[in-house]
Amino acid sequence: MASIKPRVKAPKTASAGEVVSIKTLISHPMESGQRKDKDGATIPRQIINKFTATFNGAMVFACDLEPSVSANPYFEFQMTVPETGVLAFEWVDDDGSIYTDEKTITVA
Amino acid sequence: MKTLTRREALAAGAAAAAFAASGLPAFATADAAQEAVMAFTGGVAPGEGGVTLTTPEIAENGGTVPVEVAAEGAAAILVLAAGNPSPGVATFHFGPLGVAMASTRIRLARTQDVIAVAKMSDGSFRQASNTVKVTIGGCGG
Repeated sequence: MASIKPRVKAPKTASAGEVVSIKTLISHPMESGQRKDKDGATIPRQIINKFTATFNGAMVFACDLEPSVSANPYFEFQMTVPETGVLAFEWVDDDGSIYTDEKTITVA
Repeated sequence: MKTLTRREALAAGAAAAAFAASGLPAFATADAAQEAVMAFTGGVAPGEGGVTLTTPEIAENGGTVPVEVAAEGAAAILVLAAGNPSPGVATFHFGPLGVAMASTRIRLARTQDVIAVAKMSDGSFRQASNTVKVTIGGCGG
């Protein structure tokens, strides 16, 4: 689905050891599997079921999502920046699709 | 209009009560939430304190309720909504670089308790819960 677009807000630079705040949002309907369409048939569940953020390959933050997470799942978390590196984000859809994004944080 | 006798009124009331009980959608009960807590802790009853759960007192739209949890020294935090069709909401895991806090937006079907259970890095469990009043439910009802 072309309409699914991840967005990440992370600082471009940080000082070593600084705690920074990362905000992520992905446009996704998070269909809960509880709703019914006009004919009374259940709309099948389709949600993002896993989100992970890694820094230079090391896990920073991960989340297992259930249908009770709102549409367009938003996460805000914090991390300590030890060095210059790449913060990689990954969202896993119920249908097997994986959406990714990357941000480089430079330690000045 | 025919006035109801006491007997008829009672019968009608009982029938209405029975209908209400059977006609409600299958919402998770507090028991289901308790089971989910136990599944997360491995049967250990979590202690109080050490977990900060920030929720609005009243949520006008149950479709997006901002929730923030923080627990210093936690390795993982489980968030539950006791009154949703299924109690599980999200489980946060924190790596060594991560700070044990997270904020997200969740759906709440009705006024209910939101529960956060933190798994501390020493293996103990801490719990916090807040009641959120919901004006419009968030599960397509």
